Amino acid sequence: MTALTFLEQGFTRRNRRRSFATLFLLLFLIYFLLPLFWLIVSSTKSDPQLFSTFGLWFAHFNLVQNLREVFTYDGGIYLTWLGNTALYAISAGVGAALFATMAGYAFAKYRFRGRGVLFAVVLGSIMIPQTALVIPLYLLLSKVGIINTPFAVILPSLISPVGVFLMRVYAERAVPDALLDAARVDGAGEFRIFRSVSFRILVPGFATVLLLSFVATWNNYFLPLVVLSTPKYYPLTVGLAQWNSSSSAGGGANVLFSIVVAGSLVAVIPVAIAFLLLQRYWQGGLTAGGVK
Amino acid sequence: MWHTRRRALQRTLVPFAFLAPFLVLFAFFLITPLVYALRMALYNERLVGGTVFVGLSNLEQAVQDPSFYTGLEHMALLGVVQIPIMIGIALLFALLLDARAVWLPSLFRLGFFLPFAVPTVVAALMWGDLYAPSFGPLAQISRDLGLGTPGFLTSTWMLGSLGNIVTWEWTGYNMIILYAALKTIPPEIVEAAAVDGATPLQTALRIRIPFIAPALVLTVVFSIIGTLQLFNEPQIMSVIAPQVIGTSYTPNVYVYNLAFSSHEFNYAAAVSFVLGGFVFLSSYVFIFLTRKQR
Repeated sequence: MTALTFLEQGFTRRNRRRSFATLFLLLFLIYFLLPLFWLIVSSTKSDPQLFSTFGLWFAHFNLVQNLREVFTYDGGIYLTWLGNTALYAISAGVGAALFATMAGYAFAKYRFRGRGVLFAVVLGSIMIPQTALVIPLYLLLSKVGIINTPFAVILPSLISPVGVFLMRVYAERAVPDALLDAARVDGAGEFRIFRSVSFRILVPGFATVLLLSFVATWNNYFLPLVVLSTPKYYPLTVGLAQWNSSSSAGGGANVLFSIVVAGSLVAVIPVAIAFLLLQRYWQGGLTAGGVK
Repeated sequence: MWHTRRRALQRTLVPFAFLAPFLVLFAFFLITPLVYALRMALYNERLVGGTVFVGLSNLEQAVQDPSFYTGLEHMALLGVVQIPIMIGIALLFALLLDARAVWLPSLFRLGFFLPFAVPTVVAALMWGDLYAPSFGPLAQISRDLGLGTPGFLTSTWMLGSLGNIVTWEWTGYNMIILYAALKTIPPEIVEAAAVDGATPLQTALRIRIPFIAPALVLTVVFSIIGTLQLFNEPQIMSVIAPQVIGTSYTPNVYVYNLAFSSHEFNYAAAVSFVLGGFVFLSSYVFIFLTRKQR
């Protein structure tokens, strides 16, 4: 057997194996995309058709009419929810990422008394059940009078213990001590070093935490469900869940099922786009968290 | 001398200045509610006599509460079955993608991760409709194949149906964490193994998986924490299957209903503390067991 045919054989065997593995993953891809495909198909259907046609294929195209109903139902409340969700997610995302970056940087690059204990407390807080926090939070916020306001959702969402953890690991690996020492020798203050040297290096990690906090707040349901009672402050999740209950209850005065479905699709799109655009960051930035 | 002392003081304060915004919020919105909840658990509101100190009696009641254990058993069963399946699939995906064993790896990475971008409320809504016995497409297909109507939302299958939603949402996220960990393996090690004649399977089992063991432990611990705290999915499913879900299907659903339907805030706080204890205990036991093996 010549070397060439030997190589060729190895190559085709490898290709065959690769095709088999690809096929295997394709089956799973269908599973992961099926509900989203259903969502897209269903949001093009009128309400009666949702119940009378095959769920996984298109019928009469009614998407435009559905979207119009989503955005005009109940005086256009959906648009308010969309705006609220964006406000909560952007302010909590940016704030949480910034504070987590600063805290993670401090844990990574400074030696100080109580560092280990403090970090353990921050990390341990991940285990606290959300009900154990949100219920007392509801009572406390009622006392200080910010219950049922946007602050009741945004302020607690600014804490990201996982973000601090990720940024600590990231800063430990990405920011060399020698660089900081060089900047100090040049006479730069600690905050200037952070702003003009360290932060630039930390941007990929910052973007990852920003994205994760943005998504966590955009998708959060439990906290706003508890602390908000006026529909005009609702984010999409709470609003959609309420529409869903109303639509499942049936009857003439209730929300149409087709509106719930089309509204759900609109709620997914911004986050999906954010993920597509920031792929580089979540794929690279999560590296830091994966190793510790 | 003065100067250096001032510098030294500044040096000690600098890390706390960086930590300050996070720690202030942490103290206000995490530590304070936690302490308040603990205090609540030690008191009771009485119609006559107002707030009364009851010591540990709420916690004692919670530890013996059958409704709490109903939910906890559901979550334990779900965790024991669903977490290994989910992490197993995520690990397999990560290994295949990292080894360049498939075509179009970026398509798969993105496609598997996409469900993570979907709010759990929307995920539960979608799956709830896919499961629907009358108009749901899965039931339509099953009937066309002559297999009858599957009972996804019956009490027998509900836990499995919820487990499927959780798997759908989180497999891709775990895959990304494991994939990122695999990327940190020095290529020389894997190449050396291949030169020594190790098969891809042997390389995976003996080198790549042990190397990312810490990341694997991390994903399992996060999954344990998440499973024990399951709320959104069963809460949304209770709209279409109210008899099956009821008021105590998961511990957090129970706590929520105690607080906001029955207005037993103090007892709800006690139950959530007991739940926190179980979360801590199971995470710790898992970390301890895996540490012993290494």
